[in-house]
Amino acid sequence: MREINAGQITEVVRRLCIEANCHLPGDVKGRITACRACEDWNSAAGILDRIIENYEIADAKDVPVCQDTGMACVFLEIGQEVHITGDVAQAVHEGVRQGYADGYLRKSVVRDPIRRGNTGDNTPALIYYDLCPGDKIKITVAPKGFGSENMSQLKMLKPSDGLEGVKEFILKVVEDAGPNPCPPIVVGVGIGGTFDKAAFLAKKALLRSLDIRNEDPYYAALEEEMLERINALGIGPQGLGGRTTALGVNIETMPTHIAGLPVAVNINCHVTRHQSEVL
Amino acid sequence: MEKRITTPITREMARELKCGDTVLISGVIYTARDAAHKRLVELVEAGKPLPMEIENATIYYVGPAPAKEGQAVGSAGPTTSYRMDAYSPTLIACGSTGMIGKGKRGPEVIEAMKKYGAVYFGAIGGAGALLSDCITKAEVIAYEDLGAEAIRRLEVKDLPVIVVIDSQGNNLYETGRAQYLASKHV
Repeated sequence: MREINAGQITEVVRRLCIEANCHLPGDVKGRITACRACEDWNSAAGILDRIIENYEIADAKDVPVCQDTGMACVFLEIGQEVHITGDVAQAVHEGVRQGYADGYLRKSVVRDPIRRGNTGDNTPALIYYDLCPGDKIKITVAPKGFGSENMSQLKMLKPSDGLEGVKEFILKVVEDAGPNPCPPIVVGVGIGGTFDKAAFLAKKALLRSLDIRNEDPYYAALEEEMLERINALGIGPQGLGGRTTALGVNIETMPTHIAGLPVAVNINCHVTRHQSEVL
Repeated sequence: MEKRITTPITREMARELKCGDTVLISGVIYTARDAAHKRLVELVEAGKPLPMEIENATIYYVGPAPAKEGQAVGSAGPTTSYRMDAYSPTLIACGSTGMIGKGKRGPEVIEAMKKYGAVYFGAIGGAGALLSDCITKAEVIAYEDLGAEAIRRLEVKDLPVIVVIDSQGNNLYETGRAQYLASKHV
C-alpha cells in the first residue's frame, strides 16, 4: 500500500483551483483562435478578439478569466493500492477554501438552495470519487459557472425516439439557451445509464479535451455532425449573430435499460475550465 | 456606430441610443444581482428610500471577484440578466435608465423600457478580466452581508458595451442573428 496524506490532497486542490480559474486549457484556447480565424461575420470576429484578449490578460496578470469562478467540481480517481491518512472529503474542502481565498476567487456558494446564505469560502466542493487500479490519485478540479449550468437540460427519451430524438434534443437545448450561457459554448452530452448517470456523463464529457473525439467512431461522427449543425444556427458569439456558436461537442455514453434513452446536455461557456494533477 | 457616453444617462440620452450601437460608458454605475434586486424592490414596495440615487442610474448585473493588490476590483463581467426580469420594471419605473448584463430579457422588461425610456446594454460574458480593467474605483454601499452580491458604486472609464435592446424595443439578439443568417442565403 502506498501512503498518501490528506494534506497533500489539500495542497493540490488549492493549487488547481487557482490555476484552473486563471488559465484556460490549451485545447480551449486553440479552439477559440481557430474559430476566430474562420469567423466570417464582422461583429462576431470582433467579439472573439475581445475574448482572446481577455484570456491573455488573465494569463498575464494571474486573475480569473471570468468573475464566476464557479462551484468547485472535484474528481478523484483513487488507485486501489493507495491508503489515505486523514479525511479525504475534508481535505478537498480545505483545498477549495484555501484556493478561493489565496487566489482572490469569488465565493459563489449558498448553504441552502431555498433559504440561501453565502458560505463565505466557496465550500462545499462537489466531490466525485472513482476507484481504479494503481497506486496513484488523479485529481481534477473543474470550476463550473452557473450562467451556462442554468441552461442545461435532461430528458428521458423513448427508445423509439432514437438517434433523431437525441439530435433534436441537443439542438433544442442550444436554441433555448440562445445568448444566455455566453456563447461560444462547449456542449457536454451524456446518453444512457439512468436519470442521474446521464447528467454525470454530460458533466464528465466537459472534462475531455476538445481535440479528442469519442473513441467510438459512431459517436465521434455524431460529435462532429452536432457541432456543424449547432454552428449553422447563427446564434454566434454572445448571441449577436455569427458562425461561432459552439467550440465543441463532447459525447459520453453508457449502457441503459431496455425501456429508456436518457439524454442530458450540460452547457459550458467559452471559459471551460479544468486542471488535473497526479499524486 | 460607436458612441462615448458619461453617466448619469437621462431618458433623452437613453432614447438616442440605438440597437447595435457600440458604446463606451464612463462615470458612476451601480452593481446589483438577484439578491440585491430583491431587497431594492422590497424597499420600493415598502415606500422606503433606496441606498443609491436611482433616478437616471445605470445598473450593472455583476458580482465581481475580490480585488488583488493594485486592482479596484477583481474580474467583473456580466451575469445573466433574465434573473433580474421580475425586478427590473419596478426599478425602471423608479427612474433607472440603463441596465448592463447579458442574455435575453422578458417582455415585461422591454415594455417598461419602452414606456419610460431605458436601454439594455450587453457586455461580453466571460470577459471579466478585460472588463475589470475599465473599473477605476469600487466601493460597497449596501448589503455587505451578500458578499459578491453586495451593491457597489463603481467608477468606470470606457466600459465597452453594445446596445442590445433599445428604448423602442429593437432587439439585437433577434436582428443580429437574422442578418447573419440572411447573409448566408444570398
